[in-house]
Amino acid sequence: MIRFDNVSKRYPSGFEALSRISFRLPRGQLSYLTGHSGAGKSTLLKLIALIERPSRGQIILDGVNLSHMRNRRVPSIRRHIGIIFQNHHLLHDRPVFDNVALPLVIQGYRHREIGKRVRAALDQVGLLGKEKAQPVTLSGGEQQRVGIARAIVHKPALLLADEPTGNLDPALSREIMALFARFNQVGATVLIASHDLDLIRETGYPVISLSQGEIVHNDLAAGDDYAASA
Amino acid sequence: MSKRSGPKRKMRLAAYLIHHLRVFIASLGYLVRQPLATLMTSAVIAIALALPSGLYVALQNASALSAGWDGSTQISLFLKADVSEEQAGEFAKRLRQHAQIEHVEIIGKQQGLEQFQQLSGFGDALRFLDENPLPVVLVIQPRVDPDRPDRVSHLLKELRGESKVDLAQLDMLWVKRLYSLIEVAERGVWIIGGLLGLAVLLIIGNTIRLDIQNRREEIEVSKLIGASNAFIRRPFLYTGLWYGLGGGLLAWLLTSVSLELLDSPLQRLTTLYHSTFHLAGLNEHNIVFLIGVSCLLGLAGSWLAVGRHLSEIEPS
Repeated sequence: MIRFDNVSKRYPSGFEALSRISFRLPRGQLSYLTGHSGAGKSTLLKLIALIERPSRGQIILDGVNLSHMRNRRVPSIRRHIGIIFQNHHLLHDRPVFDNVALPLVIQGYRHREIGKRVRAALDQVGLLGKEKAQPVTLSGGEQQRVGIARAIVHKPALLLADEPTGNLDPALSREIMALFARFNQVGATVLIASHDLDLIRETGYPVISLSQGEIVHNDLAAGDDYAASA
Repeated sequence: MSKRSGPKRKMRLAAYLIHHLRVFIASLGYLVRQPLATLMTSAVIAIALALPSGLYVALQNASALSAGWDGSTQISLFLKADVSEEQAGEFAKRLRQHAQIEHVEIIGKQQGLEQFQQLSGFGDALRFLDENPLPVVLVIQPRVDPDRPDRVSHLLKELRGESKVDLAQLDMLWVKRLYSLIEVAERGVWIIGGLLGLAVLLIIGNTIRLDIQNRREEIEVSKLIGASNAFIRRPFLYTGLWYGLGGGLLAWLLTSVSLELLDSPLQRLTTLYHSTFHLAGLNEHNIVFLIGVSCLLGLAGSWLAVGRHLSEIEPS
């Protein structure tokens, strides 16, 4: 699903956030991305979502080379990705329903279809009764789940999450991680950046560890299938 | 990428049109939710557009009023002071038989005095005069043949030869001057209109720019979840269109009210000139033009702002 070949990212300031990263995330795999803050986790996710472009190397997403992607085509790539942010990025001028519906509206779904899918997504994150609520009236965990509902409402093939449990207590964090595991079970490829090592170890999914922009540990490379690309 | 997400094409077209309609209405709703700001912006646009439209209407009226004047040039015959009213009446009767005279009006001494008092503002001064110094005046409407304009001057020469006539005056030159003046003013209105149109463009552009700034987060999030530039542009373009439409309608209202306010004093003025003149307002063509231009300016203004500022906002 995702392949990084010798990818480096140097910011205009000269800071090299990632250097010579190579890994492969197979379709239908859930994997964690760990490391201290500043290790390059967010940059890596941003490269996949085309928020940043690599300085060197190639990124292949579902067979499409992102390195030479024209800006015009970026939206169509992003529509196949669900992105979850640490700070939710909810729009506070509209109720939960409208927030979750946004990806469907963008993709031109019909009104009735939107209603059905939004409720299904809210049901999956356990917020079915909250569709008319304003985001500010929700707790941090609930807001994060609205963000997740928005990321999965259009059934993307790939889910990216950047510190999705960053502000949540352990119980809520476990709940959120369980949600991701559920989406993975129904076929989504999931990549979660998190520094919550205890929780990650608990779940038992493979981990890619970054330190100072380099991969220092990769569970996915251990398997025969992925060793060749690393 | 996989093709499993996204609805089918035919449904997409319908959904696309419905989406346009919804954005169209939603952007109106967005404006209605902040009525004061919307009203103020629309009012500025309206005033900027009402000014040239009002001037245009005034000019239209001026040229309509004067259009008949070269066709019916008047000759004023000031009769000699010793010609009595009866003699003048005889003379007028004779002139009415003339092949090239359409109409003769007699302004008697007393009538002339009254008019002079009314119009000149010298009413009080005239009261000190022992006797009416004004002669009888015959106002002659020549029969004008557009192909033979020289006939009027022949008639004038003929009338000057009459023994009862002291002075025969043909007023053509001032009509010509008036026409050139109107032409200059017309050009001026177009220039003012152009400049104010440009101002409207900038006002709308700036309003939309602020709007984009205020909705920065929404734009960022939309871009992050795959909104195309066209999708993000759309509500702002419709907002500009609404501003234009609102401003245009308001400009129409302002112009109409202003003309209504001017109508009655103008009528009083024209009655003094023995004319039954009615101020013509904006006709259907003018209204459609005004509102059309306003909408177009709204759309163009927002297009400029959106083109410049939307690309600056990228998620990070």
